[in-house]
Amino acid sequence: MASPTTTDTATRAAASPTVTRVTSPGGLEAWLVEEHAVPLVALEFAFLGGASQDPAGRPGVANLLSGLLDEGAGPHDSDAFQNLLADRAIELRFYADRDTLRGSLKALTTHLPAAIDLLRLAVNEARLDADAVARVRGQVEAGLRHELYNPDSLAGRAFFANAFPGHPYGRPTRGTIESVGAITRDDLAAYGAQALARDNLRVAAVGAISADTLAQVLDDVFGPLPAAARLTPVADVTAASPGGRQVIDVDVPQSVVRFGGRGLKRLDADYLPGYVMNHILGGGVFSARLFREVREKRGLAYGVSSSLVPMRHSALFLGGTATKNERVAESLEVIAAEIGKLAADGPDAEELRLAKQYLIGSYALHFDTSTKIAGQLLQIAVEGLGMDYIDRRNDLIEAITAEDVRRAGTRFLAPNELIVVVAGRPVGV
Amino acid sequence: MIQAPTNGLRTDERAVPSRDARGPEVYASTLDNGLDVVVIPDRRVPVATHMVWYRNGSADDPLGKSGIAHFLEHLMFKGTEAHPEGHFSDVVASVGGQENAFTSFDYTAYFQRVAKEHLGTMMSFEADRMNGLAFDEAVVAPERDVVIEERRMRTDSDPDEQLGEAMAAALFTHHPYGNPIIGWMHEIEGLTRADALAYYRRFYTPENAILVVAGDVAEAEVLEQAAETYGRIPARGERPQRFRPREPEPHASRRVTVRDGKVEQPLLRRLYLAPSVITARSGEAFALDVLAEIFGGGPTSVLYRDLVMDKKAAVSAGAWYMGNAVDATRFGVTAAPRPGMPLGDLETMIDDTVADFIAKGVDEADFQRAKTRLVAEMVYAQDSQATLARVYGSALAIGESLEDVSEWPSRIEAVTPDAVIAAARTVLDARRAVTGYLEPERA
Repeated sequence: MASPTTTDTATRAAASPTVTRVTSPGGLEAWLVEEHAVPLVALEFAFLGGASQDPAGRPGVANLLSGLLDEGAGPHDSDAFQNLLADRAIELRFYADRDTLRGSLKALTTHLPAAIDLLRLAVNEARLDADAVARVRGQVEAGLRHELYNPDSLAGRAFFANAFPGHPYGRPTRGTIESVGAITRDDLAAYGAQALARDNLRVAAVGAISADTLAQVLDDVFGPLPAAARLTPVADVTAASPGGRQVIDVDVPQSVVRFGGRGLKRLDADYLPGYVMNHILGGGVFSARLFREVREKRGLAYGVSSSLVPMRHSALFLGGTATKNERVAESLEVIAAEIGKLAADGPDAEELRLAKQYLIGSYALHFDTSTKIAGQLLQIAVEGLGMDYIDRRNDLIEAITAEDVRRAGTRFLAPNELIVVVAGRPVGV
Repeated sequence: MIQAPTNGLRTDERAVPSRDARGPEVYASTLDNGLDVVVIPDRRVPVATHMVWYRNGSADDPLGKSGIAHFLEHLMFKGTEAHPEGHFSDVVASVGGQENAFTSFDYTAYFQRVAKEHLGTMMSFEADRMNGLAFDEAVVAPERDVVIEERRMRTDSDPDEQLGEAMAAALFTHHPYGNPIIGWMHEIEGLTRADALAYYRRFYTPENAILVVAGDVAEAEVLEQAAETYGRIPARGERPQRFRPREPEPHASRRVTVRDGKVEQPLLRRLYLAPSVITARSGEAFALDVLAEIFGGGPTSVLYRDLVMDKKAAVSAGAWYMGNAVDATRFGVTAAPRPGMPLGDLETMIDDTVADFIAKGVDEADFQRAKTRLVAEMVYAQDSQATLARVYGSALAIGESLEDVSEWPSRIEAVTPDAVIAAARTVLDARRAVTGYLEPERA
């Protein structure tokens, strides 16, 4: 067998798609990768704001609105609108996370004009008809009821509530059964009027579409929006520390564990070194320390991992696992010990070399479908990393030193300050 | 309609090579030792997807050893005579590759995704573990614990999954599709190293495997590398046999109920015993694909419009068909009731919707929409080398040919409204069905 090879610069260059900045006559910007091999177009876009803009005490507005944008717009009621999409196999989805309300459009080139027209209506003229609001509200509520005693969602919600008490990030993105029930049509319309605008919009497009056509699409779809969003300022916040432990009682044989604390923001100079450090601790590979110690050596869990979760106004280090109730205490000890060891000693040189080699080599795997490329471009745009980031990224990883990684690690690997949430019936926790 | 961009868009459309009409470029061949090889070039990015599929899955687990196919899949990462535990995974990670494996009812597959220049290395390691598996007794117990935790995570903490498991067990009274892929807990607990190795020796042979490579590769180069690696594995003489009892014709409608204190949102599920693409009479499986799309494929479907939009009895409703299976398979219906709607009433409404659909026949707009959506799926699939590798690998693993895959869109186009109704009349019959209720614990 061949020995592991070092990074291949030619591969890196070849892996980078050619990104073009498209500016419309109306002044809107999008990043484009034009690619005609498959006759489809993928368009991804985001309005900054997201669930952080939900009215205080009424979480779930952005999420409910995202479910209603394709449920009737312009002259078409919900049924007609859905038929127009489905008749042409157009895939249009909206969803909200803590910082953005996002849209995703995929269409065959044959049906692109119709797809663009429906998107224009959804973004500008969503009807929010009473029956559609009632139906989608019912669907969101059913989803929340379905998860009410699900240990995974309970642990996830509690983690954010504990990390960010009193801050919009501490609220559940999809709201609660009570808050969703209280959302009015006025709440939805007000959110749309304030948070869907041209200045907080980021757009990426990939596929069989020219720059000129995309420019026109931008003006047609997003041109009618207000120039500036009226966003409620969101305070910068640091995850609560020390965190403490919370146990949520659920009658299940296996407990779900979330652990973490403060992380590193995306534009922080230590973010990428921290990303490398986290990869060594709990990245999604079989060689990660947590995976080796918790799963491979001890058989404590099927999965265990950790990640850095940067947000616009904060950042988390967040990990999780699920293990039988009798072995939760042991799992938590192993996890804290591994975090402590890595914080104190740093990774060994070979481990660091292999981690960098993995992260550099695997970057190309994020660019092998139109939807994935568009998603990557959009994320880079949302995070403000610059259009050339794809070309720069592997060199940035390559330049990271052991010292960088250790310094970054001390900023989020804090085994004694972890926020720990356990949902289940853990023994001895 | 938008005016200005229209011309631009139409120009683009003409400039596009009509790959959608021809389907993806695919090559097939067989090595001397019986290993089938499929190559699917996609030269957009210098990446390759490397998969090996074995024509055995959980439905081939020996009696009393449910879960062995899946347990062996885990143990396949525990080393070979040539490479100790972790070596293969370390090499995959060091070249920036991604890897994993999965077990289904009819097949087990292993894959890596790497920069194209590492394909040969992946092939040499994957070929090595096709007949070189070797692991210590010491790794068996912790790995079995991992699988037990996987089962607790997927099934034992989730009443909805428990309902699904109980429904499959009731639908398949005789066929092993009624056993969960991961296995029953009490049988997983008893699985041994010897069980795994016996199963491995029976099924992990070149004649039983399919190599699928998709990505920035040329057919000749892949075949050359395959011959140097997989080609060195001795043939066993013939492909191992699957022993699959046939499910008898059902006569009894059955009901299964899971009540659990953790249930706040009740659900109604139904499974019908249906022919698969392999067992179906000519064209019936394609009619069932179209039926599932018309009857329950999303918010424009008959069931959704009736139960959710018109009667407002449910908050969601849909249907699906698992046609890609070796033996008789499942056609499923699911609905979540609105608050206060008894599941019994919802079940009656579903029966009424089915009867009404069969009596009235297929609406022409619904019919065309379903076909358009199904055929578009194949074009969308061409955007992803990983998806194409899965589509072709799974089809060959259940006994379909490459032509079956490439001709699927035209077979869908050939389905008539009468064939859809005939399929509905045959399959959507209460005597072929298990109905599942997921309910809150009663006070």
